[in-house]
Amino acid sequence: MALLEIKDLHVSFYTDAGEVKAVNGISFDLERGKVLGIVGESGSGKSVTAYSVLQILENNGRIVSGSIRIDGQELVGAGEKVMKTIRGNKISIIFQDPMTSLNPTYTIGRQIMEAILLHTDRTKEQAYERAVEMLRLVNINEPEKRMKQYPFELSGGMRQRVMIAMALACEPDILIADEPTTALDVTIQAQILELMKSLQEELGMAIILITHDLGVVAQMCDEVIVMYAGSICEQGTVDEIFYNPRHEYTKGLLNSIPTTATKDQKLKPISGTPIDLLNLPKGCPFAPRCENAMKVCINHPAEPMVINENHVAACWMNVKKGIEDGNIVLNSKADDIKEGGGQL
Amino acid sequence: MSSKNNNNPLVEVKDLKVYFDINVGFLKTKPLKAVDGVSFSINKGETLGLVGESGCGKTTVGRTLLHLYKPTDGEIWFDGRKIENKEDLQILRKKAAMVFQDPYSSLNPRMTVSDIIGEPLDVHRMYSNKQERRERILELMDYVGLNSEHASRYAHEFSGGQRQRIGIARALAVNPDFIVCDEPVSALDVSIQAQVINMFVELQEKLGLTYLFIAHDILVVRHISDRIAVMYLGKVVELADAKEIYDQPLHPYSKSLLSAVPIPDPETARKSKRIVLSGDIPSPLDTPSGCPFRTRCPYAIDKCAESMPPFEEVSKGHYVACHRVKEIN
Repeated sequence: MALLEIKDLHVSFYTDAGEVKAVNGISFDLERGKVLGIVGESGSGKSVTAYSVLQILENNGRIVSGSIRIDGQELVGAGEKVMKTIRGNKISIIFQDPMTSLNPTYTIGRQIMEAILLHTDRTKEQAYERAVEMLRLVNINEPEKRMKQYPFELSGGMRQRVMIAMALACEPDILIADEPTTALDVTIQAQILELMKSLQEELGMAIILITHDLGVVAQMCDEVIVMYAGSICEQGTVDEIFYNPRHEYTKGLLNSIPTTATKDQKLKPISGTPIDLLNLPKGCPFAPRCENAMKVCINHPAEPMVINENHVAACWMNVKKGIEDGNIVLNSKADDIKEGGGQL
Repeated sequence: MSSKNNNNPLVEVKDLKVYFDINVGFLKTKPLKAVDGVSFSINKGETLGLVGESGCGKTTVGRTLLHLYKPTDGEIWFDGRKIENKEDLQILRKKAAMVFQDPYSSLNPRMTVSDIIGEPLDVHRMYSNKQERRERILELMDYVGLNSEHASRYAHEFSGGQRQRIGIARALAVNPDFIVCDEPVSALDVSIQAQVINMFVELQEKLGLTYLFIAHDILVVRHISDRIAVMYLGKVVELADAKEIYDQPLHPYSKSLLSAVPIPDPETARKSKRIVLSGDIPSPLDTPSGCPFRTRCPYAIDKCAESMPPFEEVSKGHYVACHRVKEIN
């Protein structure tokens, strides 16, 4: 049994303009001690997925259906009392912006101790010891002095270290890191990523790393999920996703980033504009921007297809290829697949 | 983009200093040295990339070039003319423009797209009748890939990428020779970012533009620039050809900055060794003596605290400011 199992999760936000379907039926497992990257553009549902696991969605957001299990325990519909034993204890989260996620009116020490006192039965003295120990663990020098300081006295990188110390104080099984280094400079980002990686190896927790930066994914992750418009396009080991992408969106994404090889060449961007979540297309959500969209893509969402044991992708192009190679027998949708390849 | 090595500078900056007075107590101020003695030149048709971390002064350099901030000291030359008085400024403002980072806050929400793009035309009286104005606006919109039917809409109706296109069309309105691009793609999603980068390249080829491209994303800067300048705490520490500086950085700060960039390739990421710097950037209110980088530099010696290393040409077109550049490379 996997540590975290998500099955057919649907999450919606109810706004004045209508229902925004932020997550549309995603399923994945997370094994103990693994680093899972979730990549996608803004609005792809990557953060919403993470917030759903902890049930810290905005007031107008709701898990419509699906199942989230940690260690076999169902979390959807579990209620606030159960969630309080999960948050911080079993699953912790660090947010993107270390400037706003600490309370400016409390000292660093008090904020870390609060988390420890809430989730464990340590005494105040023990909690203090533990907090100092955690600050030392995340390489903050003079931890005793820092305990008495307020967030405004620390730099951005230091605050993110404090957030990590706080998140790890109760030894969670899963750490969710939501764009943990996006607000930081590159050299500070390198420090934080290095720290997360070494702590992960030391403490053996699993990490869900949410990011839009494919460079960070390549450096940190064992497995990757690529999301677009609330659906999973493709899922696999980091090598499979980077070297054998099997979804048109992933391919487009990889072609859009400047690399050492693209100097003096034009980048190959994905055409079109990001999707409007209020009006999702009925077929594949990426079809309107896809260069190779076929008739079937417009009308039917693609089912996840197993590419190999380390790789699943939901793209009709794989079905088309399968038919051409003779691995898939024609069915009723075959005419749609043959029609209009790359011409829509 | 082959490097344009013709010695024909459009923009020249000599020992530029920009200090801001910061209140540090009752009636007491202290200079914040945002830019502290920067010199470089940009040739016609060239793109100079300017990289560095937040607070290093790269945006201040860009803004001061257009006199949005008044330089404390130093000279700015544009097209062979020293920018000193109001008259010079008027000429500069017609020849140089700026594209801002945040497409959400840099466009007036009460103005339609055609008014946003047309405003610079109004200011500089660059048309003789309404018909001409309208044609010019439509031409500009066409340059940046916006539909003519978008002209009467408001900025909030557009996505981030499209807004940035509006901002670029506005910058192009005065028919400039030189554009300061201040983090123009960092607020955009990866797929949209690539569209806008390509547009910058196409416009440069079509209109013969010269860019100062300021960004913190080194992969983007490397892609678009002919030469790159690396800034740290108000000083340019290294300046060289884009490929050369990326493949063979000589200054210890450039080395660690470039090695810290996450490369979107798992194989390379596993093999590459990062030089992780300890500590944070010192406050620009209280800069270290001598070389600004010495507090974090793994190679720092006593000499580094005593004097600022000169900005010297170590090989053709490759400038470095480091006392120990010969020993450590």
